[in-house]
Amino acid sequence: MNVSFAAQLNSVLAALILLTAFGLLVQRRIYGLLHIFAWQGFFLSVSTAVVGYSASLPHLYISAVLTLTIKVIVLPYILYVLIHRLRIHKEVEEVVNIPTTMLIGIALVIFSYHLTAPIRELSVFITRSTLAVALATVMLGLLMMITRKKAVTQIIGFLAMENGLFFAATSATYGMPLVVELGVALDILIAAFIFGIFFFQIRTTFDTLDLKAMEKLKEEE
Amino acid sequence: MILLILLGVNLAAAVLLAFIGDRKRAPEFNIACSAATFAASVFLALSVYETGPIISGNGFFFVDAFNVYLAVLTAFVSMTTAIFSRRYMRVERSRGKVGHKGMRFYHAMYQLFIFAMLLALLTNNVGVLWIAMELATLATVLLVSLYRTPAAVEAAWKYFILCGVGIAQALFGTVLLYFAAERIFGEGSRGLLWTNLSVVADKLDPTVLSLAFMFFMVGYGTKVGLVPLHNWLPDAHSEGPTPISAVLSGLLLNVALYALIRCKVLVDGATHSHKAGYIMMVFGLLSILVAAFSLLRQKDIKRMFAYSSIEHMGIATFAFGLGGPLATFGGLLHMLVHSLTKTTIFFTVGHASQMHSTQEMSSIEGLIKGNPLVGWGLMLGVVAIAGMPPFGVFTSEFLILTASIKNAPFFIPFFLLGIAVAFAALFRKVMPMVFGRVPNNQKPIRVASVPVIVHMALVLVLGIYLPTFLSQWFHTAVELLVR
Repeated sequence: MNVSFAAQLNSVLAALILLTAFGLLVQRRIYGLLHIFAWQGFFLSVSTAVVGYSASLPHLYISAVLTLTIKVIVLPYILYVLIHRLRIHKEVEEVVNIPTTMLIGIALVIFSYHLTAPIRELSVFITRSTLAVALATVMLGLLMMITRKKAVTQIIGFLAMENGLFFAATSATYGMPLVVELGVALDILIAAFIFGIFFFQIRTTFDTLDLKAMEKLKEEE
Repeated sequence: MILLILLGVNLAAAVLLAFIGDRKRAPEFNIACSAATFAASVFLALSVYETGPIISGNGFFFVDAFNVYLAVLTAFVSMTTAIFSRRYMRVERSRGKVGHKGMRFYHAMYQLFIFAMLLALLTNNVGVLWIAMELATLATVLLVSLYRTPAAVEAAWKYFILCGVGIAQALFGTVLLYFAAERIFGEGSRGLLWTNLSVVADKLDPTVLSLAFMFFMVGYGTKVGLVPLHNWLPDAHSEGPTPISAVLSGLLLNVALYALIRCKVLVDGATHSHKAGYIMMVFGLLSILVAAFSLLRQKDIKRMFAYSSIEHMGIATFAFGLGGPLATFGGLLHMLVHSLTKTTIFFTVGHASQMHSTQEMSSIEGLIKGNPLVGWGLMLGVVAIAGMPPFGVFTSEFLILTASIKNAPFFIPFFLLGIAVAFAALFRKVMPMVFGRVPNNQKPIRVASVPVIVHMALVLVLGIYLPTFLSQWFHTAVELLVR
């Protein structure tokens, strides 16, 4: 595999990651979200391995395996179990204004390209055009968290954001030092346990996982 | 070695307390562990004071005058808060607000939280700094929802999501910083070590670092509670158990500001301009003003003091943004005195709301007659936090103001307006609570007096006379931060 082929492969993977980010934005079924999220993690992991191979950096293989385990297997499994136990797998979320959300999403992608333009000039790596995609994935995750009102969907948006960050780390810098990556992975796992506990707390206190129920804490006039 | 003891005690205590956290003597054990941490931090400070900055653990830890003073402060306040928490949580337990598992969880997470903050302060690796900040958030999220009331669960969820999103931005900033550093250091951990980065700061790419600073500002700024990223803070502070409100407000905000300042030093070095400073000044000033006016509208006592914390963090951020030796000195002092004063206030507020079984300010009355220590503690705490002499907050605010008269006179009116409004709002709300007759619904409880007295005494001393070792210490820290 020569370098230009690797660069092209990586661009394709970046495009797929962006596609899944848009998919998350508009998917209404909860299992559908979970599948898209797992695919995003898978593309991320393959992309990491490709970068690791073409730059011959073995430590990227470790992070590729780490991503595969956590983002494709562990997290979707935890979410699956939670959804099953909470009996919300049949719920379909109302997503208002899909076209508008998509347009905002496109604007965010353009904005990301604009923001990272000066950095792209500096970068000499095979991955250089992907930093914009990474930032766009972060922003699309953020947009998803704003537009969705279910606790589970917000969490998936949050995890998609983390995917974007991770992609930024591999695409801009050939991966963060291993100690940092392991720490981040640990934090995500702890976060997974915490939101698991949270789902049950929210369910028992509010009788629903719909965050519209939470509007008590507002500034009183 | 001392570093490992310092961090290890908390971690071991967290594990142990997860099992024995509801035993009869668990609170005392909690205090003992925090006291051991405090002792270790004092030893560490002494050795830094004698020999200068320490780098150890293969470059993993870095201790200089700036972070060691925050580490001592963190260890000290965590000890006094543990003392306060002993009486406070016993009352909560006996009233059935927390159960057996809740107490175990509470004690374990308390120690884990202190561990995370100390790790964030002492690490040399900017990436690990981020991890520790996230860990500190995660450790406290479920403590905020400890009482399981709808409001508490909502506050905790908000805290989890907003801080999670916020701090993710800081990770992006860290990635960009590493991207810039990799061009100099190449692959590996060296490129994230603060000691290395600060040496080559002027060689880092300015465009990348300016962009990185925006992400740091949003990320760590969320945790500092700067307006407009402050939404989680009043909720989290008002709904959690009071000892947690005290450490969140007195310690976590400081640690987040510390992270931001460390990043700012690098950015300043790379860009050779004062851009980062201006951004911090604007955020700081906005926080002062918005928080001051929000104070006027509060009904919940803990919520009100949460807004006061936003205001004071705004003041400190403003000071560090202003830069220069005088303002930076003032900022360092302000972090110290705010932490001591605000925790005192939360101690008294916690007892006051237990005496009345409510956090509504309109139902709290006659504190001085009911319990002189709580009443006077709250009164003097508010006098101090409002910036009246002879307390330490006056000194630090005066220093910051003097510095800004010289360098940024345009900001003065807004700064003064914020402080004046906050002053008026606090007094208007607190006077009726401390004076007046004892109402029927007030129940006497056993209060923790030592933390209140010790903290207020320290704040008073710092206002009248700054010990030589402390001022020398601050001067060293100022030299590190101002170039």
